[in-house]
Amino acid sequence: MNGNGNACKVGSAQVEVRNVTRVFRIPGQPPVFALKDCTLTVEQGKLTVLVGPSGCGKTTLASILAGYDTPDAGQATINGQAIKGPGPDRMMVFQETALWPWMTVMKNTTFGPTMSRRLARGEAEGRAMGLLNKVGLQDFKDKYPAQLSGGMQRRAELCRALVNDPAVMILDEPFRGLDVMTRELMQEYLVKLYEDTGMTMLFITAEIEEALFLADRILVMTNLPGTVKKCVEVDLPRPRDFKVLASQRYLEIRSEVMEALYEEGAKSFGKLDVFDFPGACAPAATQD
Amino acid sequence: MAVKRKASLATRINKRLTNKSFWRGVTAVAGFFALWQVSCMGALPFMSAIPTPVEVAHAFWKFVFDPKYWAGWRDSSLRVFYGFVAAQILGIPLGLGMGWNRNFKNLTFPVFELLRPIPPLAWVPVSILFWPTNELSIAFITFIGAFFTIVVNVLGGVGSIKKELVYSAVSFGASPSQVFWRVVLPATIPSIATGMMVGIGITWNVVIAAEMIAGNTGLGRLTWEAYLAGYTPGIIVGMISIGLAGYVSSGLVKWVSELLMPWKRIF
Repeated sequence: MNGNGNACKVGSAQVEVRNVTRVFRIPGQPPVFALKDCTLTVEQGKLTVLVGPSGCGKTTLASILAGYDTPDAGQATINGQAIKGPGPDRMMVFQETALWPWMTVMKNTTFGPTMSRRLARGEAEGRAMGLLNKVGLQDFKDKYPAQLSGGMQRRAELCRALVNDPAVMILDEPFRGLDVMTRELMQEYLVKLYEDTGMTMLFITAEIEEALFLADRILVMTNLPGTVKKCVEVDLPRPRDFKVLASQRYLEIRSEVMEALYEEGAKSFGKLDVFDFPGACAPAATQD
Repeated sequence: MAVKRKASLATRINKRLTNKSFWRGVTAVAGFFALWQVSCMGALPFMSAIPTPVEVAHAFWKFVFDPKYWAGWRDSSLRVFYGFVAAQILGIPLGLGMGWNRNFKNLTFPVFELLRPIPPLAWVPVSILFWPTNELSIAFITFIGAFFTIVVNVLGGVGSIKKELVYSAVSFGASPSQVFWRVVLPATIPSIATGMMVGIGITWNVVIAAEMIAGNTGLGRLTWEAYLAGYTPGIIVGMISIGLAGYVSSGLVKWVSELLMPWKRIF
């Protein structure tokens, strides 16, 4: 699929990215290829995790899939239809909270369905309530976002997206900035949500542990210009819990991903001697 | 809802009286007047031309029974009110329009930026020539004082809206007009509030100066007339009245802006 020849088999794809290039040109400076000839597939009903060093074009890719940005070359499609702009079939959860501060949690959640008149207000509120119940926010429905903790805000944001029945969820480092405890809880929420619904998801992160815990499949992105370097199938058992973190298979996959990722990380910092040393990544990966 | 019911008046007064920072404030004000009194009574030679607080208090007492004094309050307040409200009515849409539509900004911003540095008082002569009455020209100058401030604040507010807030609304299927009314406008309210707070202060500055130049009534005129008459306690009474008027109007503006932002009153 991509030039390196180590991409995954094409499955019953729902979201396809074909040879997408996105260049940012600033006058007087060399053009920055955020994405170059990037090809990947987010398969239907699978949780695909995109891992890459910071600044490798992950967010640019997410923006293109959500329809906020358009590629300079190549094409992104959903169920074979070219992505032309934003739409409720693709829900994006952003790095930082994007809840509207002037709306209560309930108003935030029902915004989508009532705005597009897909649902009557009462019906939308009923559905929102069901989702808020699931994530334990039922008593916070009339609070403003600023009154919620970071973890609650992210859960509210998940509800706000889910209430629209998206065909695909795009989560761009959604748990960044949360403390370790909250983050682990949120990961468990998300795994459970995915396992209950079987929804197509693209989860973007820079953290290997998070990627491994969540993913059916990990796509490792190269540094600028961004493209998919390696595809790793994560065959850890589902339903998943934190016990998998101690399994032998987990460590094997982890070192495989790390090896690919650390080469990329090193590239983004310039040439570091330690990474030139053959096998430098593998022992480091299995030590802890 | 998280917004608390208002406590009864008695409990609120009681809370005040047991509040340390309230008493610190009272001490500061009392100390200021004491220092003033002492320095006028010969402690500081250059203060000899300044009336003592006691003299000012006497003058104040006289003013309180003078209908002209209250007419001054009324006239200045009305001029501030008209100028300020007109500035909001014209300035808020202009700022939103400039922030929302690039073409509109390209068309209006250069002229706006040319006019903005002109101090409100430099508008006095042309204003007197243009407007049929003095009253209108003073209100217009007051308007100028608040107008540029509110436009700059609103424009900045629209520009600093987090793009994710707009993006997610678009993803949910909101039309451009829905995005404007449901996201851009509420997201700009905090900047509107800041613009109003700054603007109300400027309008009081401007109205007083304009009254001294072009007015026949008002607190500024009252102060100026006291000066012309050589009645120094009257000058101080005028100044204190202007201070009080500004304080009260800032309080009103603050109250209005808190009404507009229920999500900021939650703690």
